[in-house]
Amino acid sequence: MREPVYIGGPAARGPALEELLHMVARGDQNAFAALYDAVCGPVLGLTRSLLRDPAQAEEVTQEVLVEVWRSAARFEPGRGSAMGWIMTLAHRRAVDRVRSAQAASDREARAALLARTPAFDEVTEQVEARLEREQVRRCMRTLTELQRQSVTLAYYRGRTYREVAELLSLPLGTVKTRLRDGLIRLRDCMGVGA
Amino acid sequence: MTRADLHTLTGAYAVHALSGRELEEFERHLAVCEACALEVRELRETAGRLAVATSLTPSPLMKDEVMRRIATVRQEPPRVASHDGRDDRRDDRRTQVGRGRESRGAGRPRRRGGRKALGFALAACLAGAAALGGAAVWQYRQASDARNTADRAERRVAEVDELARVLAAPDARTRTGKLKDGATGAVVVSRGLDRAVFLSSGLPEAPSGRVYQLWFSDGGTMRPAGLLHTSGGGSAALLRGPVGTSSAMGLTVEPAGGSKAPTTDPIALMTFPSG
Repeated sequence: MREPVYIGGPAARGPALEELLHMVARGDQNAFAALYDAVCGPVLGLTRSLLRDPAQAEEVTQEVLVEVWRSAARFEPGRGSAMGWIMTLAHRRAVDRVRSAQAASDREARAALLARTPAFDEVTEQVEARLEREQVRRCMRTLTELQRQSVTLAYYRGRTYREVAELLSLPLGTVKTRLRDGLIRLRDCMGVGA
Repeated sequence: MTRADLHTLTGAYAVHALSGRELEEFERHLAVCEACALEVRELRETAGRLAVATSLTPSPLMKDEVMRRIATVRQEPPRVASHDGRDDRRDDRRTQVGRGRESRGAGRPRRRGGRKALGFALAACLAGAAALGGAAVWQYRQASDARNTADRAERRVAEVDELARVLAAPDARTRTGKLKDGATGAVVVSRGLDRAVFLSSGLPEAPSGRVYQLWFSDGGTMRPAGLLHTSGGGSAALLRGPVGTSSAMGLTVEPAGGSKAPTTDPIALMTFPSG
C-alpha cells in the first residue's frame, strides 16, 4: 500500500502549484483537491519520517493540509515555492508533535517514544532507501559524513542541534556549522534559489 | 552570542532545530539581518526538496476526510500592513512560514472563551444524558489544551457542539452495553436530528498503527461513520453521517486511516434504541 510515489521533476510542479494555492486562497475547493493530490504524498512521507508512527503521521498530515487550506492567503510567491512553503509548514507541525511528546511528563509516553526511535544506523538507512529522487540522493552523496548525519538527524528525525551534538558526541559549534554547511552544499547542488 | 555565531544558526533554524532562548535570540537577529533571512528562505526551500524525496502514497480515505474537514474551516485573510506601515509578523514574513502558535495572532483568546462556555454546556448536557459524561468532558479539555494543534481543537469544538445538541435533543434515546474487556459503551440517538453519538469508557487505546472505526448498520450492511479517538480510556464521538434507516451501529479496529468496509469482527454491535 505504501508505494513510493514519483511526483516528477521540478518542471512538473513549477508554477502550477503556486497557481493552485492562489485559487485555494479564494476558497476554491476543487483547486484544493488538485493541490492535495500533488502534495499529500510528500507531506505524509515527511511526517512519517519524523514521527514513525503511521497513525500519528496521518493525523499530522491531515492537520497540515487543513492548515494549508486555512492559511493559503498567507503564501507569498516572491518568497519561495509553494512546495517549499507547504513542506516547511509540515516539518514545523511534525517537529512540534515530536517535541510535545518528548516534553510530556507521562513516563509511559516517553518510554513508548524511545522504544520506537530506531538506532541511528537504521534511521539513515531507511531515509536513504527512501530518497527516491535521484537528484536528492546524488546531492546527499556530495556531503561529508558529518554534514550528512547532522542534516539527517535534524531534518528527517526532528532533533534539535543540541540533541544532534549529543547523539554524535560532537561540540555544539561543530554541529551548528556542519548543519549549515551541509544545507548550503545541498542548496548549491540542487540549484535552489529563493 | 556574537553576530557571527548567530549567523551560523541559519541552518539549524531552517530545519526547526533551535529551541528555547536560542530560538528567540535568533529570531530577533533575523528581524534585522536581511542576509540571514534570505539564507533561511533558501535553506528551507532546500529542505523542502529533501521532504519530496520521502513521498508515500496516502490512503484514499484520507482525502475524503480532509475535504470534509476543510468545508468547515474558515480561511485566514491575506496579510496586510497595519496603519503604521509595520507588518503584523515581521519575522514570519521574511521566512514565509514562522511559528504556528505565534502567527495565529490575537483572534484566538476570544474563541477560547467560547470553548470554555461550550465545555460547561456540554458538561451539563452529559450529566443528564449518560453517566459517562466525565469521559467526554475530559476529552473536550484535552482537545482545548492542545494549543499547538489548534485546528484539531477547533474541529473538536464544532463536533462537540453537534454532539451536545444530540445529547440534549428532546427525543434523544440511550442504550448502554458492555464491550470487550470490561469496557462499557452507550449510544445516544436523536431521530429528529438524524444523528447518533457513541460514548465509551474503559476502552483501551487502539494498537499502534490501528484505529477504532464506527459504522452504521443499514440492514446488515456496514456504512463508515468516522473514527473514534480514545485517550485515557474515555471517548465520545459523533457518528459521521445521518442515521437514516439504520438500526444499529458497530465498532471495529481498522488499519490507520480507516477502511471502506470492516476488515475485523466488531468489538461492539449495538442496536439503536427504538423511538
